[in-house]
Amino acid sequence: MERFEDAALLTGQGRFLDDLPTAPGTSHAAILRSPHAHAEIISIDVARAEALAGVYAVVTGAEAKSWSEPFLVGVKQPMEHWCVATDRVRYVGEPVAIVAAESRYIAEDALALIDVEYRVLPAVVDVMAAMAPNAPVLHPDVGANLINERKFKYGDPAAAFAEASHIVHASLRYPRNSCTPIECFALVAEYLAAEKTYDVLANFQGPYALHPVMARALKVTGSHLRLRTPADSGGSFGVKQAIFPYIVAMALVSRKAARPVKWVEDRLEHLLAASSATGRISNIAAAVAADGTIQALELEQIEDCGAYLRAPEPASLYRMHGVLTGAYDIPHLAVTNRIVLTNRTPSGLNRGFGGPQVYFALERLMQRIAAELDLDPLDVIQRNLVPAARFPYRAAAGAILDSGDYQACVNQALDEGGLAALRIRRDEARAKGRHYGIGFAAAIEPSISNMGYITTVMMPEERRKAGPKDGAVSTASIAIDPLGAVIVTADSIPQGQGHRTVLAQVAADALGLRPQQITVNLEHDTQKDGWSIAAGNYSSRFAGAVAGTVHLAATRLSERLAEIAARQLNVDAADIILSGGRLYARGNPDNSLSFGRVAGAGHWSPATLPEEMPPGMRETASWSPDQLTAPGEDDRINGSAAYGFIFDFCGVEIDETTGRVRIDKYVTMHDAGRRLNPALVDGQIRGAFAHAVGAALYEELAYGEDGSFLTGTFADYLVPTACEIPELLILHRDSKTDATPLGAKGVGEGNCMSTPVCLANAVADALSLEDVALPMTPARLAAHLHGAERPPADTRPDAATVPATGKGRGLAGSGASLVSAPPEQVWRMVLDPDTLAAIIPGCESMERLGENTYRATAVIRIGPIRGRFRAEIKLSELDAPRGLTLSGSAVGPLGSGAGSGRVRLTAEADGTRVSYDYSAEIGGKVAAVGGRMIDGAARILISEFFKRLANMAGGSAGEKNSLWQKIAQPLGLSR
Amino acid sequence: MPRLKAGELSRISFELNGRGVSGHAEPRMLLVDFLRHVVGATGTHVGCEHGVCGACTLRLDGAAIRSCLTFAVQANGRRVETVEGLAAQDGTLSRLQAAFRRHHALQCGFCTPGILMSLEDFLARHARPSEQEIREMLSGHLCRCTGYSGIVRAVLDVVAENAGQDV
Amino acid sequence: MKPAPFDFVLSDSLEEALAVLTEAGEDARILAGGQTLTPMLNMRLVEPAVLIDISGLHALDYIRCENGYIEVGAATTQVAVETWPDLPSQAPLLAQALPLVGHFQTRNRGTVCGSLAFADPSAELPLCLALLEGEVMLQSSARRRVVKAADFQLGMLSTARQGDEMITAARFPVAEAGAGYAFTEMALRHGDFALAAVAVMASAGRLRVAVGGVADRPLARNYPADLGGDALDDALNELAWDLAAADDHHATARYRRELVRRLGRQTVEEALTCRA
Repeated sequence: MERFEDAALLTGQGRFLDDLPTAPGTSHAAILRSPHAHAEIISIDVARAEALAGVYAVVTGAEAKSWSEPFLVGVKQPMEHWCVATDRVRYVGEPVAIVAAESRYIAEDALALIDVEYRVLPAVVDVMAAMAPNAPVLHPDVGANLINERKFKYGDPAAAFAEASHIVHASLRYPRNSCTPIECFALVAEYLAAEKTYDVLANFQGPYALHPVMARALKVTGSHLRLRTPADSGGSFGVKQAIFPYIVAMALVSRKAARPVKWVEDRLEHLLAASSATGRISNIAAAVAADGTIQALELEQIEDCGAYLRAPEPASLYRMHGVLTGAYDIPHLAVTNRIVLTNRTPSGLNRGFGGPQVYFALERLMQRIAAELDLDPLDVIQRNLVPAARFPYRAAAGAILDSGDYQACVNQALDEGGLAALRIRRDEARAKGRHYGIGFAAAIEPSISNMGYITTVMMPEERRKAGPKDGAVSTASIAIDPLGAVIVTADSIPQGQGHRTVLAQVAADALGLRPQQITVNLEHDTQKDGWSIAAGNYSSRFAGAVAGTVHLAATRLSERLAEIAARQLNVDAADIILSGGRLYARGNPDNSLSFGRVAGAGHWSPATLPEEMPPGMRETASWSPDQLTAPGEDDRINGSAAYGFIFDFCGVEIDETTGRVRIDKYVTMHDAGRRLNPALVDGQIRGAFAHAVGAALYEELAYGEDGSFLTGTFADYLVPTACEIPELLILHRDSKTDATPLGAKGVGEGNCMSTPVCLANAVADALSLEDVALPMTPARLAAHLHGAERPPADTRPDAATVPATGKGRGLAGSGASLVSAPPEQVWRMVLDPDTLAAIIPGCESMERLGENTYRATAVIRIGPIRGRFRAEIKLSELDAPRGLTLSGSAVGPLGSGAGSGRVRLTAEADGTRVSYDYSAEIGGKVAAVGGRMIDGAARILISEFFKRLANMAGGSAGEKNSLWQKIAQPLGLSR
Repeated sequence: MPRLKAGELSRISFELNGRGVSGHAEPRMLLVDFLRHVVGATGTHVGCEHGVCGACTLRLDGAAIRSCLTFAVQANGRRVETVEGLAAQDGTLSRLQAAFRRHHALQCGFCTPGILMSLEDFLARHARPSEQEIREMLSGHLCRCTGYSGIVRAVLDVVAENAGQDV
Repeated sequence: MKPAPFDFVLSDSLEEALAVLTEAGEDARILAGGQTLTPMLNMRLVEPAVLIDISGLHALDYIRCENGYIEVGAATTQVAVETWPDLPSQAPLLAQALPLVGHFQTRNRGTVCGSLAFADPSAELPLCLALLEGEVMLQSSARRRVVKAADFQLGMLSTARQGDEMITAARFPVAEAGAGYAFTEMALRHGDFALAAVAVMASAGRLRVAVGGVADRPLARNYPADLGGDALDDALNELAWDLAAADDHHATARYRRELVRRLGRQTVEEALTCRA
């Protein structure tokens, strides 16, 4: 069956947010974002921006403080997270000011007119460094970056480890990445002053547990934050959960500007500051018997949540908690969870949501167990799988695995997927000296989240005080209009999954109609639609919960219609069949009533309806899975309502020359229960697989050690294209389940959980690696392939090779020049401000701030790129006439830089040897978008600075002026 | 040729999907923004504004190009074709569009218009592309939903159809 | 991301373009295909006061084969050269390199000369110019000059073009009779900038090897025509170290040097098999 959504989307008639008409006078917003990873805001001057023609309003932290409150945090902390930075910025990209203007073009012009003065603070981006005693602390009121530590014990892991014949360890790191939908965040916010209501249209995806968070932040009741969603959204994959702070911010902008505000996030903003999956360090150990059977697991998870614990975090860490033992029957489990803040973008929902990180650790461990115990990795998996007879199975940490036959799935996959043939292929390749490996992964894919799982982070006594959180309320409504047309509304916010098509199918099935006769409207309105905190599209809740609830509503409606028809046909309601748009008694199809007539009774002649039946013809159903109870006193939590099973295996080959991974074959077996629309299910699997290949081989949201953001465009954040995604063999085995009304389980996230580790296992097999880091880039793998490097024939001067040192990007170097002047003369020149003004590239003005401290403005040019910077230069550690330290920092619209160098003067026969060592950091926009070229650009500037110094001091011995001209002029280094 | 001053609006007129359209724009206005917000043809989308994602691709004098890297003033007097012009007047989908639908080649649909317009140009130049050639052409488009499989199959289907017809 | 405001000149003639360029100098930028310039404009990395659009200058849209050179005018798109019927015979190196330049969609508008003017260290066309020892024709209102590749390519994003000059054409020497040409690059995804690219010409008289993507500009070297075996590996090793590779987010210096050694070897062997 073809999707309803397609006709409009294929003909350019999609209704994405930025396609929709806006009210006259709607302004457009642009955001000024912090160029620093960590800094105090000393002052913000918006006067020039406000004065620009076409600007309506500028909002800063001042409005945030007057009109809003900090966001609620999932873990009780005195941390304040405002929608716009107030006194401090904590990640590159954090909003500092927002301009509303006639057009986005003018709004961006105004951003350049806002002057912000920062006091830069040291930043920390690595979770281990963030937990170290002398780490810079992001939130002084909190006092530490480790904001929560929680231990769990299930069964008796200590005993199991003590008795174990083998203990196998693994330490893993999962990098930050993001599913980057092609449509970014978009919203229109309007403050309706007369009603003190905020009206927002946004491509928010849910969960609607965030609606109260937004309302509280805006200091209104939920009914005074009307949140609507457009018909179409260009992908989300969890990311459009994180639009909520922008909804609050733009609501305030609208209030200040007294007109609606539209904000369409651009790609640079999105990569920089939208959201990210959590980075995680996992230290995992298994107590294992000689045959590979695992008795106990010990898992330490250190979660990088970024600069603020933004709701619903620490959900990424706890979503999988109940099923940390994966697909395996492991009775004893010890868990230590640490939540750490770093100067990176706050984390949030991302396809797989905690699953990729868990399975990367667990499934790598399974392979390590096989390697260390000299077993077949497949045997280790199969030996530990939860046996079919044990379902429903309660996992150690509380997940209730509803149904499945994992062994049968694996066997079917091995058979239909052709593992035997793949092994032969591998052996043949290896015989020829090629690097070929096979990997496996088994994973449980949870769906439909328990709204209470986040409370697992609290201690039982805290939970008792706070009151229970549980369930997942899903709401759907089906109305039959006076002429018999059917309209379905439900609490899913789709972004391309074909929900309208599937819900039409589900409703049509129950009502005896064709899907084409069902209208489905999923444009959500919090003031008008039925919804609860679980509403939205996340945690793969659609097939189980949303479709299930529509099914319930449709079924009840069909029962109503059957009752009405039964009366007219004088039979029992139980004998009524709905089919082909008609109702008739079983065995008597010729005597039928039209659907429209029967339903019409509710509108046109309610008096004829059976007694207890309500008038009209609308059925609203709510459903919450009973199995989603609050975490127990024993900390066991059934985090999800239904659990599917995935088993993957693959063959990869690594190219000897380049280290590139080629996926030779990939087989994925899914048990997702009942598949409501098989073609759409396969589409979801392929999409998740593509995301996962990206995570495994190409994608990382990268930061320098100084917190500068490095992958700010699609030229550096590498999303796989059609050339990088291989074909996939998808196999199915549909188990039955009572967990959801239709017996369907979620299926949208699974390969994000299984594929990265399956590929990692294959690469580890190919290269005999113990440790594999993601993404498995060619450069990383080549390091394992290429052995020791051949040295050059002669020794080379240091300047030729730049060592990657210390801070950030390895911007460090050294050099030397011979100057035909004695050291004392060189010294005097260096300390002379006029000299400095002459040698700072592009220096336009210079003023003395104090003893050996100067402020300058300089226009720096590299090729066509030109930016004006405000710089501060300091000369210190003066040791006349032998050496000094020159340090400086510069900031401008293009970004920021800081560095220092030690200059040494040594007397030589014909003058002075001026030698220097320097290190530098580059941040801000140029760092984010400069990619490959930024380090080169920095090196050019720095070495030119020192070259000019050498030249000014008397000219390099043997160097000609014309050479200087040749170098200086094209770089814009003229005086 | 007059020098168009920064910030000043000038009239831009061009042929869009066979009909004349007209509007005003300052020199720096991107063609994609002009189409979407001045002309009202919102089928062409914005995904990155640096020419990598391909969502903004349309045909300018027949060639598939990035409309986020083109200024509206550069389209003056030219022939522009966008996704809105592919289906027939009565709504019948083109063969390519129908193939996309058959093969589940779109999910959210945001990247789809750009891909369709690229394919219109590409298939006009290459009647019998191989799968590898199709994938290489598609590498100028980012899709996060489909994994590209359905798109490739849809194109191969149309290529095969065309080949059958040519015989 | 929207550009900062600029004046716009849709040039009618080369003279007009040069006149505006002379008057505006560093505050003007030539807009040919816009595939590299416009992203920078959108990101506000570049904020010229005036853009001079030469994409419509038919007089500069040509491919001519004369005096042993293929001359490509400044308004000529990459796809026009890519699909020029004589390209495989006259410039087999360009025929191999062009399909790797960006994507089909960017080649429809991006120009050959534009790529040379921008001088991205990882770009394929500057590498080809360096290997083939091509030339760039520069013109200002006051003068014309022809600059050889080695004198033109000065560093990262840096060429010999003065502020009041524009490139009017580039010249690539026609393939030498009997010579073999090969081009290889390693990019992370199809169409990406190369982590390292190697271009080789193997003729009866010499072996010429050029590397891009590693140093701040293409670097070319001549070697004896019969260089092979260990001596070739030695030469490639020295070349690798001479390129002063650096680490970046996508690759280590070590990796890039290894690519020079291995892809260098591979490409040389490929060129040798094409040599008559």
